[in-house]
Amino acid sequence: MSIDNSTVKKVANLARIEINEEEETTLITELNNILGWVDELKQVNTDSVEPMLSVFNESMQMREDKAESNFDNNQILDNSPESNSGFFVVPRVVE
Amino acid sequence: MNDFENLSISSAIEGLANKNFTSLELTEFFIKKIEKNKDLNCFITSTFDKAIEMAKISDQKIKENEARPLEGIPIGMKDLFCTNGVRTTAGSKILENFVPFYESTVSNNLWNSGAIMLGKTNMDEFAMGSANTTSFFGNVKNPLGSKVNKELVPGGSSGGSASAVSSGLCLGSTGSDTGGSIRQPASFCGLVGLKPTYGRCSRFGMIAFASSLDQAGPITKTVEDSALMLQAMVSFDKRDSTSSRQSIPDFSDFKKLSIKGKRIGIPKEYMIDGLNSDIKKIWDSGISWFKSEGAEILEISLPHTKSALPTYYIIAPAEASANLARYDGIRYGFRHNADDLNDLYQKTRGFGFGKEVKRRLMIGTYVLSAGYYDAYYLKALKVRKLISQDFEDSFQKCDLILTPTTPNVAFAIGEKQTNPIEMYLNDVLTVPASLAGLPAISVPSGFNSEKLPIGLQLIGKPFDEISVLAAGAVIEESRGF
Repeated sequence: MSIDNSTVKKVANLARIEINEEEETTLITELNNILGWVDELKQVNTDSVEPMLSVFNESMQMREDKAESNFDNNQILDNSPESNSGFFVVPRVVE
Repeated sequence: MNDFENLSISSAIEGLANKNFTSLELTEFFIKKIEKNKDLNCFITSTFDKAIEMAKISDQKIKENEARPLEGIPIGMKDLFCTNGVRTTAGSKILENFVPFYESTVSNNLWNSGAIMLGKTNMDEFAMGSANTTSFFGNVKNPLGSKVNKELVPGGSSGGSASAVSSGLCLGSTGSDTGGSIRQPASFCGLVGLKPTYGRCSRFGMIAFASSLDQAGPITKTVEDSALMLQAMVSFDKRDSTSSRQSIPDFSDFKKLSIKGKRIGIPKEYMIDGLNSDIKKIWDSGISWFKSEGAEILEISLPHTKSALPTYYIIAPAEASANLARYDGIRYGFRHNADDLNDLYQKTRGFGFGKEVKRRLMIGTYVLSAGYYDAYYLKALKVRKLISQDFEDSFQKCDLILTPTTPNVAFAIGEKQTNPIEMYLNDVLTVPASLAGLPAISVPSGFNSEKLPIGLQLIGKPFDEISVLAAGAVIEESRGF
């Protein structure tokens, strides 16, 4: 396993993070180091071991399927970088 | 004015009850002290007006004999907990101007217990760091650095919280621990840091890093204070799907619990290469203290210990990459404008996140991506099961596990910055208990030759915080300072 330019570009695109050329070069080295280091897990025998997603083992409770509205729109929009007439504003997506 | 710098929460409660001083006096003392110590950079946002207002209410309650458990106690709130109407940044540029309109359950519980908020404490960006050097708001200094004429890190990610308590800027503070972020800074600053069992404290309103690991807890000067704050912080919360319904004990009962006859396990795998020799010595002293108290010491084995850190550095970034997907520049937080929506996301996140966060998001995205999911993420989940099983097996033989908290004492600001793995190794002794969701405490236990503090860690069975606290108290009584 080895991370090259194209992998870093692909992953950065998946993560929606713009990186410049300098960052790209650094990330190639760092990701290779880190992934090389975590690779030692391959030596651990995990045959017939169940994956553990959470340590929480209490049964989760269902709640009533009921819509609740605790906040008003203005409170929510106050934190948005740009809003208009009660909506979030984004760049044009449909021509 | 009284000097409240070395006051514990328990003695402050007593002093307030006996009318030796008022909460307003306490609060004003700490406000002045915070202003004088701005160079430590402990706080991102101060809330002094609010603190004064809260202190006046507390004094009224005390006067009317209606004091709640933490009535009038000024604390620092890690800037990871959403506070209604008070900016909450998680140490990130991307949340630089975020003002929540709701309150986290943990902070709400503390205010309902009478605690007073002095401000929001500095932290590593999104709790990703072990030295408080990744904060957008600058690094925090460890007040103990002045003892050795160096600028030392306070540890991380709850570095602002630890430094603030250690330098006497507040009586206690909240932290959050994903892989050691309460225990490691507590150890570096000579404090008690407790990570409760996963599920004890609600995660509602706590800005998420790695949801299967994140757990809130207190940073305090004493074990008794830790129990007092923990009591106020915990609750079952239906707004957190992994909040526990286990009954909540009276944590102060730790004082009634004797360690005599308890079996303390010493895991041989924690004797790692690179463990500082002073720390090893203190670990040996710890063993002898428990022997003197009548505990039974036995060597145990946690065979998968060395796999814990690599496992953590797959699982935590993977969960982070999903959790931090919400920061897209649309609904809240920083936005970098662009003509195209995808470009807006990429630029917002590229400029809004710091280096360490981007690095971890890249790792997390990679290990979850098609073709690598099974080899990395699924593999890590299986090893996590083995690590957890190791603890379960050991707790058949022993009641508590005693280890050092960190492999080294606080280091200089700027050290361990060239290779990320070097920084990650700080958490090698704290991460296993996080992966297993177990309660663990770090208690100041001694000093190295330069007089920098060394913490020992006690790990307990699930929901047995009381034994962890009781054992912590044994260290406090035996260490000789």
